[in-house]
Amino acid sequence: MHHFKKLISPYLFVLFLFTLLPMLLIVIYAITISKNEVLTFTITFENFQRFFRDSIFISVLLQSFKLGLITTAICLFIGYPVAYAISLLKEKTQTYLILLITIPTWINLLIRTYSWVSILSSKGILNNFLAKFGIGPLNLLYTDFAVIIGMIYSCLPFMILPIHSSLTKMDQSLHEASMDLGANPMITFLKITFPLSLPGVLTGITMVFLPAISTFVIPKILGGAQYTLIGSFIETQFITIGNWNFGSAVSLILAAFILILMSLMNAADRYTNSGDRDEDETRRLKRYAKK
Amino acid sequence: MRKSKHIPSWLMVVLCLLFLYLPIVVMMIFSFNSTKSTSVFTGFSFRWYQTLFEDNDMMRAVYVSVSIAVIATFVSTVLGTLTAIGLSKTKKVMKEFILQINNLSILNPEIVTAISLMLLFSALNIQKGYMTMLLAHISFCTPFVITNVLPKVRQLDANLADAAMDLGATPFQALWKVIIPQIKPGIFAGALLAFTMSFDDFIISYFVTGNGVQNISIIVYNMSKRTNPSINALSTIVVLVILVVLILSRLLPMLNKKKEKRVQ
Repeated sequence: MHHFKKLISPYLFVLFLFTLLPMLLIVIYAITISKNEVLTFTITFENFQRFFRDSIFISVLLQSFKLGLITTAICLFIGYPVAYAISLLKEKTQTYLILLITIPTWINLLIRTYSWVSILSSKGILNNFLAKFGIGPLNLLYTDFAVIIGMIYSCLPFMILPIHSSLTKMDQSLHEASMDLGANPMITFLKITFPLSLPGVLTGITMVFLPAISTFVIPKILGGAQYTLIGSFIETQFITIGNWNFGSAVSLILAAFILILMSLMNAADRYTNSGDRDEDETRRLKRYAKK
Repeated sequence: MRKSKHIPSWLMVVLCLLFLYLPIVVMMIFSFNSTKSTSVFTGFSFRWYQTLFEDNDMMRAVYVSVSIAVIATFVSTVLGTLTAIGLSKTKKVMKEFILQINNLSILNPEIVTAISLMLLFSALNIQKGYMTMLLAHISFCTPFVITNVLPKVRQLDANLADAAMDLGATPFQALWKVIIPQIKPGIFAGALLAFTMSFDDFIISYFVTGNGVQNISIIVYNMSKRTNPSINALSTIVVLVILVVLILSRLLPMLNKKKEKRVQ
């Protein structure tokens, strides 16, 4: 079987060239300033200092964090009851409903977000509808509201799917035992069902929060050109302003922030003892959620 | 009593589905609108479909999206599968190292991956365009093929390939005729994921493209400031294609099962 060891060498090359080297380049750009050519390489922390010194940049970070938290909270608030309701149905109905919830995630996010523009704009479908009742026109597009709706829209399936999966993997006899022993449905839910579904809740929170703070497509389309979150901030640095060094530093801050959060989440996940959760599925969902 | 308790929960599910499908339905309806408006339906027409097929930029974007998705899926599936098979025979330290970096590229925010690749291509002085987009897609799809194939490789009997070779098979034959057929489901799942990811990608493509090469996502992004209902027409076609593929992928296994039953 030692013949097969060599099979990894092409990928080693690919990993080096397309993952390690590019990350190294970000670090190099982040610790130099534009006047420094690679030849006169001098290390500086100026780019990082600039980010933490200027209150505008900090407020961009805080704003992204705030929107991420709001989106995650609302997704959890809507997603948990939906996942729970689905888990009570017949197995076959569950399969179809889960499929129905997954399908939208396979359709181009930009196309779906773009569709919200025609729903929310000042002469849009929602305002036309409200006008029939003498309401409006409301100013919906290019507001926090529109951005949050767009984010919830793109993230909600990634909250429902893991929670549903942990709810259905639960041993139903525990639920019955609790009821037999005299607990009412409320107590059973609070003491048995909810704690056991925590791994799914944690995965859901990770899969919603992380993409929500780093996205730049949704704020750009639904929040308008002036709307700046950390993702759109990085884009502006690279595409419009052309300050690659500062942009690289901000990206490193974002990447570090997310990787730290991820490892915290993994630790919490281990703590709640996720058991036999389907790891592939989680990873696959995480990838989808990133858009 | 049980039934009455279920009505509000059903309502939650229905409302949630309405929310998820509202923009998709809106987009489909307005692709058949007779005027440019994307909020007032004035009459049925195929006007935007005609505009779409006459629009060279859009047709080129469709070509770019489809061809890149097909090539990237093929290359990343082959590369990912070979790597997963090789990894099962690699020393633990090396394996952990590779899987950690693999994980890093999965967990990294997409915008960070995107700019890192953009920096790479400009550092290497490669002209950005179709080729760079293709290379980027191959590199971000492969980790997912590996994570899909590796668990299947782990389930294999370690002596399988040795047995084949003892019986006279060349290493290539052992791989192609013994190992690959056993891990097929993982390979298919990985390939499907790679295809959808590549086809839908926006952020990475947006940063590594140049020379006017656009895929569907980039063209949608650049147009979103102006209303252009042919985007709705294009999206409707994409949605229908996805639905057909989905229904076929659900139906075919069922038909096969029926056939098998009949044979039995």
